[in-house]
Amino acid sequence: MNHVSVLISVLAGLTATVAGGALPIRSRVGVAVLLTWVSCSAALVAAVSVLRSGHAIVMSTSKILPLTGISIVLTRLGAVFVLAIVMVALASTLYWIGYASHGLSTRSASSALPLFVTSMILVPFAGGVATFLVLWELMALTSLVLVLTDQSRREAARSAAQWYAVMTHAGAAAILLALVLLSAHAGGQTFAQIELHARHLSGALRGTIFVLALLGFASKAGAVPLHVWLPKAHAEAPGPASALMSGAMVNLGIYGIILVGNVLLGGGPVWWWLLVSALGVLSALYGALYAATTSDLKRLLAYSTADNMGLVLIALGASGMFAASGSRTTAAIAMVAALLLMFNHSLFKGALFLAAGAVQMVTGTRDLDRLGGLLKRMPVTGVVFLIGALSVAALPPLNGFVGEWLLLQSLLHALPSTNTAVVITVAVAVAALALTGGLTVAAFVKAMGIGFLGRPRSEEASNALEVPATMQLGAGLLALSCLALGLVPMLILPSLELGARSAQHIGVSSPVHGWISLHLFGLRGVLAPSLLAGGLFVALMATVLARRVSHRRSRSWPALAPVEPWGSGRRTQTVRMQYTSTSFAEPLQRVFDDVIRPARDLNVSPAAESHYYVERIAYRTSSDDVIERVIYQPLIVAVRRWGRLARKLQNGSVHRYLAYGLLALVIVLVVLA
Amino acid sequence: MNGFAHLLTSALVALVQLALVAVGGPLLLGVMRKVRSRLEGRVGAPIHQPLLDLRKLFTKQRMRPRESSWLFGVGPLVLVATVVCVSAISPLATTRPPLGQSTDFFAVIFALLLGSVVLALAALDTGTAFAGMGSSRSMTIGALCEPALLVAILAMAIPARTSNLPALVRAGLGHPALIASPSRVLALASFLVVILAESGRLPVDNPSTHLELTMIHEAMVLEYSGPDLGLIILGESMRLAFLLGLLVNLLVPWGVANRPGALFFVIGLAALAAKVLVTGVAIATFEVFTAKMRLFRLPELLAGGFVLALLGAVTAVVAR
Repeated sequence: MNHVSVLISVLAGLTATVAGGALPIRSRVGVAVLLTWVSCSAALVAAVSVLRSGHAIVMSTSKILPLTGISIVLTRLGAVFVLAIVMVALASTLYWIGYASHGLSTRSASSALPLFVTSMILVPFAGGVATFLVLWELMALTSLVLVLTDQSRREAARSAAQWYAVMTHAGAAAILLALVLLSAHAGGQTFAQIELHARHLSGALRGTIFVLALLGFASKAGAVPLHVWLPKAHAEAPGPASALMSGAMVNLGIYGIILVGNVLLGGGPVWWWLLVSALGVLSALYGALYAATTSDLKRLLAYSTADNMGLVLIALGASGMFAASGSRTTAAIAMVAALLLMFNHSLFKGALFLAAGAVQMVTGTRDLDRLGGLLKRMPVTGVVFLIGALSVAALPPLNGFVGEWLLLQSLLHALPSTNTAVVITVAVAVAALALTGGLTVAAFVKAMGIGFLGRPRSEEASNALEVPATMQLGAGLLALSCLALGLVPMLILPSLELGARSAQHIGVSSPVHGWISLHLFGLRGVLAPSLLAGGLFVALMATVLARRVSHRRSRSWPALAPVEPWGSGRRTQTVRMQYTSTSFAEPLQRVFDDVIRPARDLNVSPAAESHYYVERIAYRTSSDDVIERVIYQPLIVAVRRWGRLARKLQNGSVHRYLAYGLLALVIVLVVLA
Repeated sequence: MNGFAHLLTSALVALVQLALVAVGGPLLLGVMRKVRSRLEGRVGAPIHQPLLDLRKLFTKQRMRPRESSWLFGVGPLVLVATVVCVSAISPLATTRPPLGQSTDFFAVIFALLLGSVVLALAALDTGTAFAGMGSSRSMTIGALCEPALLVAILAMAIPARTSNLPALVRAGLGHPALIASPSRVLALASFLVVILAESGRLPVDNPSTHLELTMIHEAMVLEYSGPDLGLIILGESMRLAFLLGLLVNLLVPWGVANRPGALFFVIGLAALAAKVLVTGVAIATFEVFTAKMRLFRLPELLAGGFVLALLGAVTAVVAR
């Protein structure tokens, strides 16, 4: 039964790919979406049955891939990731139906999108190094095609795709090296064989493998300083593709780290996980800071992805550290927290990117300073974005809060550890977590408040209309699941616990339990999200009632009178007097001036009559990624210089090439002799 | 029957605590203004003036800026609702509040944060320069407060091995040495800085300013009038009273009802009122002798608060 559903999933995905490329434009997207749903549902069936029964799905064939064959193994850990990816994929493909007319109905796009979804779903199914790498590469290439599909922004898309291609292949090279090293020394290429033998490898070799894999996978997850491609590619990718990349693909980076670190290598010394946490702290802070200061809606979301993946890495690193220093309960809780943070992120970031894609489709811009007033014009999209924003800001009663609370609890209860490194990391992690939280709140108040509230700042924004129903439904589905998981986290927690247990083998069966209030196993920590939400709701209703009663008793006023807002005595206020996202972020930018180091340009041109009168002031500020400027630009310059040197070797003269051949032959002979 | 009686008592406790905060909040504001006036050589308005103001505001017409959406009206409601919800379930007069089992410190703080966030969004909904400015500044301060606040909670929670709020208060009652421990003193000092900053008191924000450009909180709510403004004033004063109530119960828990019984509860109420009153008077006195800080000097103050909290957390770890 399970084997059949895996086969259905693969076949439906491939058929969707072919259909998307072959069918005429009218039926192309519809058929591709339907087949992708079939593929997703089949994968969902397989994942749920694995979670239920605990028996991994194992399939293999040597007929398809030469030399190594294909091996498929789905464990409970993989099943958790399949769940998260399927959730985002179902919603984004539904959304795609309405979005397709906006440049996503070309042959290349309609065959790349289903293939991208299928390859992402199948990555956790991989049971061997070769299968894993093939699927991983397929996922990277199809998403690369999708980044390039937005024809209206060709230049930006091309540059983003270039960054993405280089970074993802550098990452893939690191992963390839790690996995090849691993399989060479463990005497086999299937994960089961590796798992059996990897414990007996030398510490140095295991460390090398882990660091290589960490670099490769962390760059996929967007961890700073390997994140530079992410704000570009996720921002340029069209709506549904950006939701899939940011909501689902980054998860697989986390999957890879857990796969290599926890499953294949079976855990490791404290320093490995210290490294993971350090990457996490850096990503969380850096991502949150840039999210708070950028004024491009999708770049903001992309930076916030780096921030959220940082939180997941902090939890993952904490879990590894606790396991290495022997506190098993907290290790288990931190692992569950990592998976919950990851799952929540898929839901709310998927919703946010879909909403942002809708805004871009309707207004043609992502610049917050040209948006505004969209909540009234796009009521559903606006509410979806609001729910997503409150969720990413970790506010109750939404799902983001539960994940953050769980992480805080695991850090809080871990402190009795005697290991100084662990203690210091935990203190730094909590501080980073807190600062990140504050910055994220500011970033999303800005995104929601400037983008969707107030008065429209451009013609396009004031003429905006709500998007088609399928797009509302797709985004709304994810927003609703944010709400549902915020009220009853137990809808997903048992699955996550099973996944965490299959990754860690530390024998704490259910670290978090209780349907109404979450209890932590063996620790004093209780959270009752649904009761809290209920209390908030009752209080809200009571306040509404109180306002109505006290108000009605007084006099019969007209319901709610719209008036001109206060403008310090000015008769009218123009739209340009509104706060913009740049001005909203200015205080924060000034506080963190030393980190961001924005380029400022102030030009005051005085009037001809007297220089006391100012005719015109031009002020420009741009804060491009400081890591890109400091680390990557010199690197690019160096590579270019090498390239120029190498060009001198190749001037087109046949004689010279013959000389090279002769030289090579001589060298070979000398070496052999 | 027993279950029903228990439910009834819980609801009663919640309502009484709530009523105390709801009436005490505006009165606390009145007392603080009175103290300030007296120290500045003025007579000042009577202590119950804020209550009179509220009554007046609730009889006025509701208005909204022309281009605002539904969120504008929701802001004040959410602000009040969050404070109402947390003051019903927090250990203010008794260490056994209803649902006290699940009254987590982090949850309470994040619920209050929800109120401020929705209010900041509602301010941006007005589409004016002043409200946007207030919103931006208050979010900046909030972002810088949060590290200090969370680490302060951590520093208090480590020795007690829980972040459950009633348990933290009970731990102070049971082990007075815990209160005098450097970790809790440092954490509470940091908590106080955060309370002052979050509720817009001096030296962070001047609550009685009348110049738009220097405003933070007042600028944010500039467009509100009538019952909506009343709700905001009520919510803000309740939040100040609530946070001070938490602070004093963590600092000097004595008097709070630690066992069932109406008498203990009444004593708890009186003790809470007295302790908050003393703190409020102290803050008002401090405000007379303090000038408002420049906005861009504030990070230094809040970083100071953060360092205090971090020191508290570190000493907590070292001490165990």
